[in-house]
Amino acid sequence: MTEKRTMRVAVNVVEAERGKSYVQLVWRNFKKNRMGLLGGVIIVTLAFLSLFAPFFAPHDYYKLDADKAYRPPQRIRFFDAEGKFHWRPFVYDLKLDIDPVTFSRIYREDTSKPLYIRFFVRGWEYQIFGFRSTLHLFGVEEGSIHLLGTDRLGRDLLGRILHGGRVSLTIALFGAVVTVILGSILGALSGYYGGFVDMLVQRAVEVLQSFPQLPLWMALTAALPRTWSSLQVFVCMVVIFSFLNWPMLAREIRGKVLSLREQDFIVAVKEMGGSNSRAIFRHLLPNCLSHMIVVLTISIPELILMESVLSFLGLGIQPPMISWGVLLQGAQRIEVIGLYPWVMFPCAFIILAVLGFNFLGDGLRDAADPYSVRRSY
Amino acid sequence: MSIPTLFVISVVVFVVIQLPPGDYMTTVQLQLQSLGGLTEAEAAKVAQELRKVYGLDKPLYVQYLVWMKNIITRGDFGFSFQYRKPVADVIWERLGWTILIASLCHLISTLVGIMIGIFSATHQYRIGDYVATFFAFIGLSTPSFFLALVAMYILASRGIQPGGLFSQYYLFAPWSWGKFVDLLKHIWIPVVIVGLAGTARNMRVMRGNLLDILNQPYVLTARSKGLPERTVVFKHAVVNALHPIIMYQGMVLPFMISGEIVASTVLNIPTAGPMFYSALVSQDMYLAGSFLLLVAVFLVAGNLLADILLAWIDPRVRYD
Repeated sequence: MTEKRTMRVAVNVVEAERGKSYVQLVWRNFKKNRMGLLGGVIIVTLAFLSLFAPFFAPHDYYKLDADKAYRPPQRIRFFDAEGKFHWRPFVYDLKLDIDPVTFSRIYREDTSKPLYIRFFVRGWEYQIFGFRSTLHLFGVEEGSIHLLGTDRLGRDLLGRILHGGRVSLTIALFGAVVTVILGSILGALSGYYGGFVDMLVQRAVEVLQSFPQLPLWMALTAALPRTWSSLQVFVCMVVIFSFLNWPMLAREIRGKVLSLREQDFIVAVKEMGGSNSRAIFRHLLPNCLSHMIVVLTISIPELILMESVLSFLGLGIQPPMISWGVLLQGAQRIEVIGLYPWVMFPCAFIILAVLGFNFLGDGLRDAADPYSVRRSY
Repeated sequence: MSIPTLFVISVVVFVVIQLPPGDYMTTVQLQLQSLGGLTEAEAAKVAQELRKVYGLDKPLYVQYLVWMKNIITRGDFGFSFQYRKPVADVIWERLGWTILIASLCHLISTLVGIMIGIFSATHQYRIGDYVATFFAFIGLSTPSFFLALVAMYILASRGIQPGGLFSQYYLFAPWSWGKFVDLLKHIWIPVVIVGLAGTARNMRVMRGNLLDILNQPYVLTARSKGLPERTVVFKHAVVNALHPIIMYQGMVLPFMISGEIVASTVLNIPTAGPMFYSALVSQDMYLAGSFLLLVAVFLVAGNLLADILLAWIDPRVRYD
């Protein structure tokens, strides 16, 4: 039933859209989907922010400063303490004080002098793409500005979150891409050759799918030696993610290849003397593109969540490398959350990123893939 | 069919838990050196003796075979170095709680998810649908440890001590009505945290399927016969929209178990989650391995069950 309907849809699309490339077709469908576009905008923004993290961070987020530990976020203001309006937004600096009753450290706003926010200011020096620069989007001339507060060691949380996005987003992206490469090649080989190869791949799929993923991931990441550098751990996590994630795609690609393999165009390739690898890589896999896109967009948010869980538990990315999960390690104790709730901010970025990818994925799925069965979410 | 899979699973588990460099005796050796005041040579000797006692000095394949033999013949999963007890004594109760919580989440999220899904599909593009869809997306995008942290914070700020399954008064008391009520008071926290994402998933699946089904010609037929909308939806459409949810059951339980592990590790609820985590960190290999193995076995069994259930509900499904 679905098969027939899909075929008809496919034929209609081909008739009406002769001369338009696949990308054009997908884009035309995709831009009708407002949620998908919103997701795309969220993702591009997050990626841009984290790529140029030092530029958006007014303070050096690696510099320790015990005097600034756990500063609350400063509010951007237009009205000062006397209720006077200022055209230029400003913040009040925070002065460390001791609570007379509890004797704990508290920060008080110093309302005597507004710190005006200046744009495109010179500040701490950083390196980006090999260039040295001191230019920052915004900053204050004296005092300090921490829009999302500071952490236990007095480091600027905004800068750290933006910088952490680099690792969290790239680990998910790499993991998903390697998953797709591994899954589509193994799936195609399995479907195309059949026999022994097929049996081997299918058994592997079965075994990997019968594990609950998280415990196995925990066990594998716990096995990474503590002495390894952050980069080695990063690469290994990508490998582990993709190694455990490929079966779902392999199964779908296999099914698709099984149905395509006997069709005329593949027979023709073989008749004209095309090699097996040509048939697979030039003709079969491009036909599975929509499945790959779908799995790519499902995998990325899953990997973001998984990375954050593992790093939160201390099994994933290790400091000094920063990821959103690593930043949330600072929020493990309930007293900390109670006293300094802003340490939870990284979570907002995780939710935003996952939400963005889910929206984007939903949109792309409908656009890229009018043929497939509706997905679970 | 499942037997070879189980065999490969057991081998994979064993390899995975052997991967970390060193073993539990390395930890013991370091402890003896730092806390016991032994020299390195002495500590190494003690560790070597202990390895001999627990058979850790034998080649890996022998260790594997012994482990497997004991599990199959005697239900003996090895020795937990951390708890200084046989693994079987530690694991069953905790695993039981994990499975109970995961199943509860599963049950509730399926029921609630299906109901919201039906509501959402029958009220497509109305305010209720948008609200449900919005919350479903939020539920899918929020890491469960974050929910656990938030729950912990909210409960603590209201003076309720989070964590644990019982209050202190009932901790060692025999089962009674009071203890049961006390359990309910504690268990709903992890159930809600873990169940949220599952509910969101089920809702999305149900909504999608039901919308597909409601466009089918036979639904149009049912409507044109003049059947009331309630009958059309519940007797004709919902029954057929349920299949993908049942097919998908086998994949939900691992999802729930994963969520449960994270939530109870954060909330420090004495289920298998924190146990597995600390076993991994301290390389208590038999405990970690037995947990992985048992969970995998449960899942294989669960998948089999889902297949049978599907064949029973939908007579068109045939397994050859």
